[in-house]
Amino acid sequence: MALPSATLLAQAILAGLFTGALYGLLGLGLSLSWGMLRQINLAHFALAFLGAYLTYELSSRRGVDPLLSLVFIVPLFFALGTALHWVLTRFRVSPFNSLLVTFGVTVIIEALLQWIWTADYRKLESSYAEHKLRLGPLFLPLPELITLGLGVGISIAVWVALRRTDLGKAMRAAAEDAPIAAAFGVNQNALALMLSGLNAALAGVAGVCIALAYTLSPSQIYAWIGVVFAAVMLGGLGRPLGPLIAGCVIGVTEAVTMAVTAPSWAPLVSFSLLMLVLLARPGRVA
Amino acid sequence: MKRSLLVILAAGAGLATVPWLGLPAFYESILYLVLHWIALATSWNLLSGYSGYFSFGHGAFFGIGMYTTATLATRFDIPFLWTLPAAGLVAALFGTLLGAVAFRVQAVRAELFSLLTLAATFVVATLILNTPIDGGPGVYMSAVPVPAIGPTASGTFYLLALAVALATVVAALVVYHSRFGTGLFAIHDDEDVAEVMGVPTFRYKLGAFALSCGLAGVVGGVQALFISYVTTGDTFTIALPLTVVLMAVLGGTRHWAGPIVGATAITLLLYAFTGGDTAIIGKGLTGLVLIVVILFMPEGLLGQALKWWHARRGAGAIAAPAPARAPALATGGPAVSPRPEAGAGEVLLRARGVRKSFKGVQALRGVDLELRRGEILGLLGPNGSGKSTFINVASGHYAVTAGVIEFDGRRISGIPAHRIAHGGMARTYQIPRPFAHLTVLENVALPAMFGAASLDRRSAEAEAWQWLAFTGLTERAGALPGELNLHQRKFLEFARALASRPQVLMLDEVLSGLTPSEIDEAVALIRRIRDQGATIVFVEHVMRAVMALCDRVVIFHRGEVLAEGQPREVMQRPAVVSAYLGQAMAPACAEAAFEAPMPVGIAELSHA
Repeated sequence: MALPSATLLAQAILAGLFTGALYGLLGLGLSLSWGMLRQINLAHFALAFLGAYLTYELSSRRGVDPLLSLVFIVPLFFALGTALHWVLTRFRVSPFNSLLVTFGVTVIIEALLQWIWTADYRKLESSYAEHKLRLGPLFLPLPELITLGLGVGISIAVWVALRRTDLGKAMRAAAEDAPIAAAFGVNQNALALMLSGLNAALAGVAGVCIALAYTLSPSQIYAWIGVVFAAVMLGGLGRPLGPLIAGCVIGVTEAVTMAVTAPSWAPLVSFSLLMLVLLARPGRVA
Repeated sequence: MKRSLLVILAAGAGLATVPWLGLPAFYESILYLVLHWIALATSWNLLSGYSGYFSFGHGAFFGIGMYTTATLATRFDIPFLWTLPAAGLVAALFGTLLGAVAFRVQAVRAELFSLLTLAATFVVATLILNTPIDGGPGVYMSAVPVPAIGPTASGTFYLLALAVALATVVAALVVYHSRFGTGLFAIHDDEDVAEVMGVPTFRYKLGAFALSCGLAGVVGGVQALFISYVTTGDTFTIALPLTVVLMAVLGGTRHWAGPIVGATAITLLLYAFTGGDTAIIGKGLTGLVLIVVILFMPEGLLGQALKWWHARRGAGAIAAPAPARAPALATGGPAVSPRPEAGAGEVLLRARGVRKSFKGVQALRGVDLELRRGEILGLLGPNGSGKSTFINVASGHYAVTAGVIEFDGRRISGIPAHRIAHGGMARTYQIPRPFAHLTVLENVALPAMFGAASLDRRSAEAEAWQWLAFTGLTERAGALPGELNLHQRKFLEFARALASRPQVLMLDEVLSGLTPSEIDEAVALIRRIRDQGATIVFVEHVMRAVMALCDRVVIFHRGEVLAEGQPREVMQRPAVVSAYLGQAMAPACAEAAFEAPMPVGIAELSHA
C-alpha cells in the first residue's frame, strides 16, 4: 500500500469534491423533506433516476441539450412531488410509514424504468463529456464541474431563501411547530406542497447531473441510498448546507481511500464516518 | 398459546410428509421458497414488528449466515449440518455488536436504526468482497455433499427449510406470549415510559435483535447450499430486506402469524409472475401492494382480519374475571407497598445538590430534598420551577447533571430507569402516556410484571383487575387508551403506577384538567392509597387538594428549593407568595389565601 503521488492525491480530492457535490444535491431534497416535512422519501432516488433517464431520452433521441432539458424536467417533477405529498398527507402517513410508501413508489418507478429502457447499462453521449479543462497537472471534466456548480449554487440559494425571505421563514416556522405557525396565519399546507414540489424538482436536477456523468441502470437507484443518507444525517436534518458539506467530506474521504487502498473499499467510508459521529457526538446526528 | 403451538406443530408434521407423497419436484421448490420467506419474515418481525425498530439490514445477517456456511463447508470441510448453528451464531454475534452501538445512543430511534442497518448491509458486503472470505469470484459449493434427510436432494432442502421455519415461528410465538414479548410491544408504543415502568429496554432490544439475526443466519446457511454458488452481488441486495419488510407489513407486524400470511401471499404472487417481462410486472405489483396496504390497512391483512373478528364478537368476552375480586374492593384494594408502615418517618428518598441542565438552561440548580416514609410530600412552585424535572430525574427518565439521589439507602442517580422502577419507584405523567396499542388491562398489567412486584403474567393480570376496580376502570378493561376520556386516562395513569406496588409513588399533576367533582374523587383515591402505606410525592397546582392531602410541602422556585415545611405555614411566607403571585400581591394574599374559600379559587386559576 504505497502512498500515491501528490498529483494523484490532488486529483483524488478533486474527484471526491465532484462526487460530494452530487451527494449534496441528492441529499438536499431528502434532508428538507425529512427535517421539515417529517417524511423520509426513499422515492427521491427513484425520481432522480427517472430524471436521468428522461434526460438521456431527450438528449439521445431528440437531440435536446441535457441542461436545456431542465426546463422540462423541473416543472414536471415539481408536479410529481406535490402529488406524492398530497397522497401522504391525505392518508396521514406517519414518518415511518412514509418510508415504506415511498419504497413502494421506488419499486414501481424501477419497474417502469426497466420496462421502458431495459436493464441494460445506458450512457449519455453528450458534447459536455468531451470537454476537459486542465489546471496544471489536474483534469477537470466539464460534467462534474457543472454538477459542482449546481450543487453549490442551489444549496446556497436554498439556504438564503430559507433564512432571508418571508416564505422561507414561514416554512421554517411551520416545520418547527405547525399548529402555532398556522395560528399566526401561515398556510402550512400550501407551504408543505410547495416544499415537496421543490424537493422533487431538486431530484430532477440531480438526475440531469447523474445522466451527464454516470452510466445508468435501473438497479443503480439503490446504490446511492446508503451514502446519501449518511450525508443527510451527518449534515443535520433540514439544514440546506449540511448535505453539501457532509457530502463533500464523505466524497473526499472515499476518493482518498480509493486512491490509497482499492476502489472496492469505498462503501466502508460513509458508514464508518456515521458510526464515529454517532459514538462521539450522539446529539449531532438527526 | 398452547393451542397455537399445537396447530403449528401439527401443520409442521403434516408438511413433513410432503417429500414422500411422490409429488412433482416443482411443488417442493415452491414450498421451499414459501417456507424460506416465512422464516426470514418471521425472524425479522421478532425485533422489528414487535418493538418497532425496523431493520433494513436483514440481508446482511442472512448473508453472513450464507458465507459462514459456505466458508466452513468448502474451506474447512465441516459437514453441512454442523455449519448451520455456526451460521446462526456468527450472525447473532454481528447483530449484537451492531445493536450494542446503535441502541446505546439515545438519539437512535426507529428511523435512524433503519438507515444504520441498511448501511451495515453494504459494509458487510464490502468486507466480504475485499477479504479472502470471498475475494471477488464468489464461492462454489457444488462439491459439498447434501445430507440425505429426505428421499431426494430437493426433498432434503424442503425439510430443512420446514425445520427452520417451524423453529422461527415457534420462537416468534413463545416470545409473543412471554414477558419478553410484552416488553417489546411496550417499547414499540413508548420506549421512555416502558423503561420507567421497569422494562430493561436496552437488554430487550439487543436480545430480540440477536435472536432475529441468528435465525436469519440459519436461513442463510440453508440457502447457501440450496443455490450452491454464493456471491456478494446476489446476496447483499437491498431487495431482500425490502421484500421481508413488505411481507411482514402486508401480513401484520403486531401478530406472530402476520409474516406467515404476508410471506405466503407475496411468494405466490411473485411466483405467478416469474420469467421474462412478467417479472417486471410482478415487481411493480409488489410495490403497488405495499402502498395500498400501508394507506388502507396499516395493521396488515391479519391485523385487519383480527380487528374485524373482535368487533363482531363484541368486547363482552374480556370482562369475565371481575366478580371474583369484589371482596378485595370492600377492604379498600390490595396493599401498595410490600412493607407498609415499617419504619415510618425514616428518610426514604434523599436528594443532595441535584442539578439538571438542558443545553445551558438550568432546570435544577442544586436541589436538596428529603422524603420520609409514609408521608405525602407536595412539590409546589410556579410553572417552570423544576418540579416535573425533579420527578423526571428521580425516576431516571433524565440523567442528573450533578448531585446524588439516594433511595432506600442506595444511590439511584446514574442507574438505568428500569432498575429504579424495580427498587420500588413509580410515577405518573402529567400528560397521560398510555401504551396506545395495549388494552387498558394490559397497560396496567405491564408495570405489575416489570415493576417492583415482578409478577408473572397471570398474577399480573389478576393484580391489574384489582387496580382497575380500585380506580373504577373495570368496565373499560378491554378498551384501548385512545377510547378513554381525560379523566379515565388520568386514572389509568394511577392504576399503572399502583400496579407495580411501589414504595414511592410520584404523581405529576394528576388533577390538572379535571372538573371539581373529579378532583374530589381523585383526592379520595390518593387518601386511600396513602392509607395503605405508600409514600407519595405530589406535584400539584390545585391548592385545595394540596392543603387537604399534604403532610409537608417543598416550594420550588427557579430550580431551587425556596421553602419547606407544613403546608399552611409555608404558603403564608412572603417569599413563597411573591414567587407565586408577584411582589405586589404578597402581603394581601398571604393572609387571605388560606382562610377563605374564594381566594383559593384565584390561586388555582392563576396556575391552571
